[in-house]
Amino acid sequence: MSSQPLQASNMEQLLEGIWKQNPVFVMALGMCPALAVTVSAFNALGMGLATTFVLICSCTLISMLRRFIPREVRIATYIVIIATFVTLVDYLIQAVSLALYEALGAFIQLIVVNCIILGRAEAHAAKNPPFSAMVNALGMGIGFTIGLFALGSVREILGAGKLFGISLFGDQFQPWVVMVLPPGGFFVLGLWLLFFAWLAKRKEAQHGA
Amino acid sequence: MSGVQPIHVVPPVNSLRMVRTLMLVTALCGGLIVAVWQWTQPAIAANKKVVLERSVRALIPNAAEIVEYDASSQGIMPAKGDPAAGAVRFYAAYDKDGKLEAIAAEGAARGYSDTVRVLYGYRHACECIFGIQVTQMRETPGIGDKIITDPAFLKNFERLDVSLTPDMKSLFNTVKTVKHGSKQFGWEIDAIAGATITSKAVGRGINDSAQRLLPLLLPHLEAVKQNGGMQ
Repeated sequence: MSSQPLQASNMEQLLEGIWKQNPVFVMALGMCPALAVTVSAFNALGMGLATTFVLICSCTLISMLRRFIPREVRIATYIVIIATFVTLVDYLIQAVSLALYEALGAFIQLIVVNCIILGRAEAHAAKNPPFSAMVNALGMGIGFTIGLFALGSVREILGAGKLFGISLFGDQFQPWVVMVLPPGGFFVLGLWLLFFAWLAKRKEAQHGA
Repeated sequence: MSGVQPIHVVPPVNSLRMVRTLMLVTALCGGLIVAVWQWTQPAIAANKKVVLERSVRALIPNAAEIVEYDASSQGIMPAKGDPAAGAVRFYAAYDKDGKLEAIAAEGAARGYSDTVRVLYGYRHACECIFGIQVTQMRETPGIGDKIITDPAFLKNFERLDVSLTPDMKSLFNTVKTVKHGSKQFGWEIDAIAGATITSKAVGRGINDSAQRLLPLLLPHLEAVKQNGGMQ
């Protein structure tokens, strides 16, 4: 196998998670953190990066060990590995920023049960070599982070009139508080899904014409 | 044997292999967790200290030195690790001359969506609480989070009476949050209209903490005063 097609397929792997199979907007996976922590752009980025770290590390390790892990105990093994990296990211976030740690709260620990990660381990990392697993996980992580950021930035702008804590509209702005409350998460997610569905439809129409 | 056709059989699952794999993976994971824990602990402890000192300084701007103590029935001890059962953690703030400026301690109670944690400042001269800093809350934005900003609510804590009974066993009057607009006494907190549950959590947190801390602390206050500048 030459390196050229391999690279091309790696690029495809990467783009799959970012665009074609975006975990938030296409597969609608990991909705619990996607709705719960995206009250601000900073929280969304923090959660996205933490999940990406866990995705990359656990998928790479699972792929490296894939020949040693008997099928019968694979889920138990994957969960132990995922839980380990979640614990590591928990400590690392505390060491970097306690404010972010407080803001993300229990959702850091809940990354263990984020279905994107176990899904990637089972569907991809368990069957592919480490580099491919890592690229796939990176794509999914970036896709998830973009999804969270798209929700978090819109909710923070509308619900608090700020972006990354910086006031955008001055004192005259009356915050649209519902946007940073749980229903706001559903509203903004719905609008983004509508936007992507419209894009897909437009593309289809162009191809049909 | 050469004429015998090999029969494809699924190999039996080797139990030992399963156990061995799980043991190896858990040992590897355990090692990783412990290594990272040891590596990050100093940074986490330093972060916690910075956050706490920032809150105490916001409450007591004159604080030049902040010392952590645990008050228990055995007396006052310098804080080490998590407080023991029955002990109450508090922070003594000394000014630049080593004089005790004020005491700060944390109270916590369940609010509308999660625990509300409040750091309060106490001065013995007035036997009162003179200010609060919300250190943790996840209350509804625009409603419950007014406990941080609402000037009328914060005015409750400019001189909140927490004097003790003559036998120093408990507060003379329970600190209580009352319905908006019905505050009459110095130990009452006027709730924020529309955010009663959060306001009550602040009152309950302060009351629970002060009821435990002050009877343990006041008999030894002189010792705490004299410790200034010795650290």
